[in-house]
Amino acid sequence: MSAPAPSRPAAVALQGIAKKFGQFVALRDVSLSISPGEFVCFLGPSGCGKTTLLRIIAGLERQNAGQVLMAGRDVSGLAPSLRNYGIVFQSYALFPNLTVARNVAYGLETRGTPRARVESRVDELLALVGLAAHKAKYPAQLSGGEQQRIALARALAPSPALLLLDEPLSALDARVRQSLRHEIRALQRRLGVTTIMVTHDQEEALAMADRIVVMNHGVVEQVGTPFEVYTRPRSPFVARFVGQMNFLEATACERAGWARMGGVEMRHGGTAPFAAGTRLTLAIRPEEILVGAAAEGRENRLLTRIRVIQFLGPFTRLSLALPDGSPPLECDVAATAFAALGAAEGSQLALSLRPDALRVFPAAG
Amino acid sequence: MASTLPGGLPAAIPDRVIGHRRGAEDLIRYALVVLFAAVLYLFVLYPLLQVIWRSLLANDGTFVGWANYRRYFGTPAIAQSIVNSLFVSVVSMAITVALAFVYAYGLTRSRMPGRGLLRLVAMLPLFAPSLVQALAFIYVFGNNGIVTRTTGLNVGIYGAKGIVLAEVFYCFPHAVLILVAALSATDARLYDAARTLGAGPLKTFLTVTLPGVKFGLVSACFVVFTLVITDFGAPKAIGGKFSVMATEIYNQVSGQQNFTMGATVSVVLLIPAVLAFLVDRVVQRRRYALVTSASQPLVPARRPAADWGCFAYCALVAGAIAAMYLAIGAYSLVTRWPYNFTPTLRHYRFDTVGGYAPLWNSVYVAALTSVVGTVLTFVGAYVVEKCRTAASGPLYLLSVLPVSIPGMVLGLAYIFTFNAAGSPLNALYGTLAILIVSNVIHYFTVGFLTATTALRQMDAEFENVSASLGVPFYRTFWRVTVPMALPSIVAISMYFFLNAMVTLSAVVFLVAPGTELAAVAVLLMDDAGDTAQAAAMSVCIVGIGLAVRLGYWALMRGVHRRTQAWREPREAPTGSPTGAP
Repeated sequence: MSAPAPSRPAAVALQGIAKKFGQFVALRDVSLSISPGEFVCFLGPSGCGKTTLLRIIAGLERQNAGQVLMAGRDVSGLAPSLRNYGIVFQSYALFPNLTVARNVAYGLETRGTPRARVESRVDELLALVGLAAHKAKYPAQLSGGEQQRIALARALAPSPALLLLDEPLSALDARVRQSLRHEIRALQRRLGVTTIMVTHDQEEALAMADRIVVMNHGVVEQVGTPFEVYTRPRSPFVARFVGQMNFLEATACERAGWARMGGVEMRHGGTAPFAAGTRLTLAIRPEEILVGAAAEGRENRLLTRIRVIQFLGPFTRLSLALPDGSPPLECDVAATAFAALGAAEGSQLALSLRPDALRVFPAAG
Repeated sequence: MASTLPGGLPAAIPDRVIGHRRGAEDLIRYALVVLFAAVLYLFVLYPLLQVIWRSLLANDGTFVGWANYRRYFGTPAIAQSIVNSLFVSVVSMAITVALAFVYAYGLTRSRMPGRGLLRLVAMLPLFAPSLVQALAFIYVFGNNGIVTRTTGLNVGIYGAKGIVLAEVFYCFPHAVLILVAALSATDARLYDAARTLGAGPLKTFLTVTLPGVKFGLVSACFVVFTLVITDFGAPKAIGGKFSVMATEIYNQVSGQQNFTMGATVSVVLLIPAVLAFLVDRVVQRRRYALVTSASQPLVPARRPAADWGCFAYCALVAGAIAAMYLAIGAYSLVTRWPYNFTPTLRHYRFDTVGGYAPLWNSVYVAALTSVVGTVLTFVGAYVVEKCRTAASGPLYLLSVLPVSIPGMVLGLAYIFTFNAAGSPLNALYGTLAILIVSNVIHYFTVGFLTATTALRQMDAEFENVSASLGVPFYRTFWRVTVPMALPSIVAISMYFFLNAMVTLSAVVFLVAPGTELAAVAVLLMDDAGDTAQAAAMSVCIVGIGLAVRLGYWALMRGVHRRTQAWREPREAPTGSPTGAP
């Protein structure tokens, strides 16, 4: 799904996009290729340039350098109205003085489409988003989630080649957000429309995207499937931003694939060679740490003390103090497994940092 | 990250953005920007520069530099007008804002009876030229006033005293409107907090109420100050020998045909008006949002003693205002005030000014001012807000500039611009069109800012959504922007109409035979000694203003019902106490 078929040009291709606002560099040399039918998320903290990038693709912002290609055609010099995309904004920007039906019909009425065709297309789209009953209502009479779906229907009505979503779920409460994730994804699959979604919510990106573009400070940190980005983060930033991650300071040992942490030597999963003494950062996710019986007889064993126990429903999060006084480790244990541990705050806990899960990065700075 | 690290030097990013090819829509946008810029240049900036330039010339057109200013400040009789202007403006400002604050407090923070009626009466002076307030005081306290005649006591109303009294009445509704808005924008939770912390009424007033209306008070002060210092009608009618700058311009221009001295006084009069405007802008910029979406509306508690105290005060003030208007009405309906009180309608013949022509001219000019002004301010605000170009900043400045141009100065500027030998612009001179233009420009800023506020409240992405759907911007302007802003548009058009009905200063230099206006007719008839006809004409002006206001009110209800249905909340309101009158 991520490899573009050689015969078809990329639905969207970005080549060396750069953008400045005054002296502030919002985007630096961003290149990216998106296949037809793909669902791509731009993920990053606020100010990372993801929304600017989306607006450049939409033609709402003009880049200082680089090209935007759509289906092989250079659209860099085209006004937004000539680019053939639909867009849903964070605020939805529904026209409050028009009914739901007229909102959805907004992009159809100007193209010389016969009235009957407009109406049947409106009905079709409202049925698609499951809001046929609300046709005659005004946006203010609908809930946030319903408004969001109307905005989606309006954007899709003229059958655009590309769908752009700018933080479409961030204004909704958690439960509605969850169900809309699935709905949008299912709709996108059914229509096969190439989609780019901007979000700062890593969980949303993991759940919805075919590929995630992780951005920070105006550059692309990593592009990959959700699984790749989660399991093989290419930088400490990605590791920290997507999911939970423990970071441990260490130095490279003489032996390749080993690092010294405090007084202990650990085997890690890194393959790149490091000169002995190089300062390293080891990283492991809380759920990858083995504790109790599971840790017995394993490599990279450590003895820790439980500082805080936080019950979070399906699992329990332990904050573990290391003997050398470095920052505490976070460790997630399934609720049932935790009961089997019989541990309490202050008690000792042996654990194992699985070598294959122990990622290694050169230390920052 | 890796791509930029090695050299440590990021590749240079060009400063220019990659432009879009211009389409038909962009052409329309640019045409609108150019058109709006041309209007503002021709009717605001160019005339203003003419006044400044003329103040540096002698009457025969030779350049004399600062000579006119030296003569102005060197002639005690003329220079005195500066001191006089500042004096009456500051005194009127202090009295008006103090009176209006208590009045507005009563309207918003008490549960006194008759709040709706009291509010309405306070607005009465908005419907009459400032001249009329002065006439009312003359009819009551003047040499032949009813009080003077019946008690034999002459309070000496002509002069500074009379000007201040007339201006206080004239400016009172403006101050009340601003302060009511300021006092309404509050959060009940602040008062709950003050009470739970044990603050008494005085402490609450000083620490919650006053700081909350600080910006409203400042605004009211500057608005009143500017209204008074630029006003011409009241000092003309009641000032007697007490000369202020606005009347000085009139004397120099109309009396002595000394246009360059008129220009000189105009430029000096611009200074305090522009200063007041600038200071107010700077102060208001520091304003912060007091009311958020979480705010609770304040519902005043019933406090009988305080409520009746407020009522007594407000009834007294409203009574005084109503009495003034009753005096004008009575004056126009009796044979010879204050000697012969036999009712008559003969003053309504207006034989000195040729019948009703001035009144109908006024209605015609006001109606067209309303249409032209509304279209120009709204489209102008749209051009500045939504068609972002390098011209947006300068256009905004030129749009807010007119509020600090006194009417007399604008009128004189238009004489210089549209009555210049050999200029093609002369075609406008002596027509009703120039009166409409001068009214539109004179009242431009408030309309423009109202439209700007309405546009800023709309989602900035409407235009972007339209573009993505291939809908041209002008279609969205017509289908979404205008319908959503309709309440503001109606309010702007009413503002233009009412002000065009009552203004005197901006048009007094521009009326010509055949284009007389009602407010000018009041001035002329009063000058000619036909005071009863002046009163009758005033009654007509107020009557038409009130009728139009009433019509607008009915229209607004219709507009709200028909086009603002979408504002209805999702659920039926659960009896929330939003006591909007």
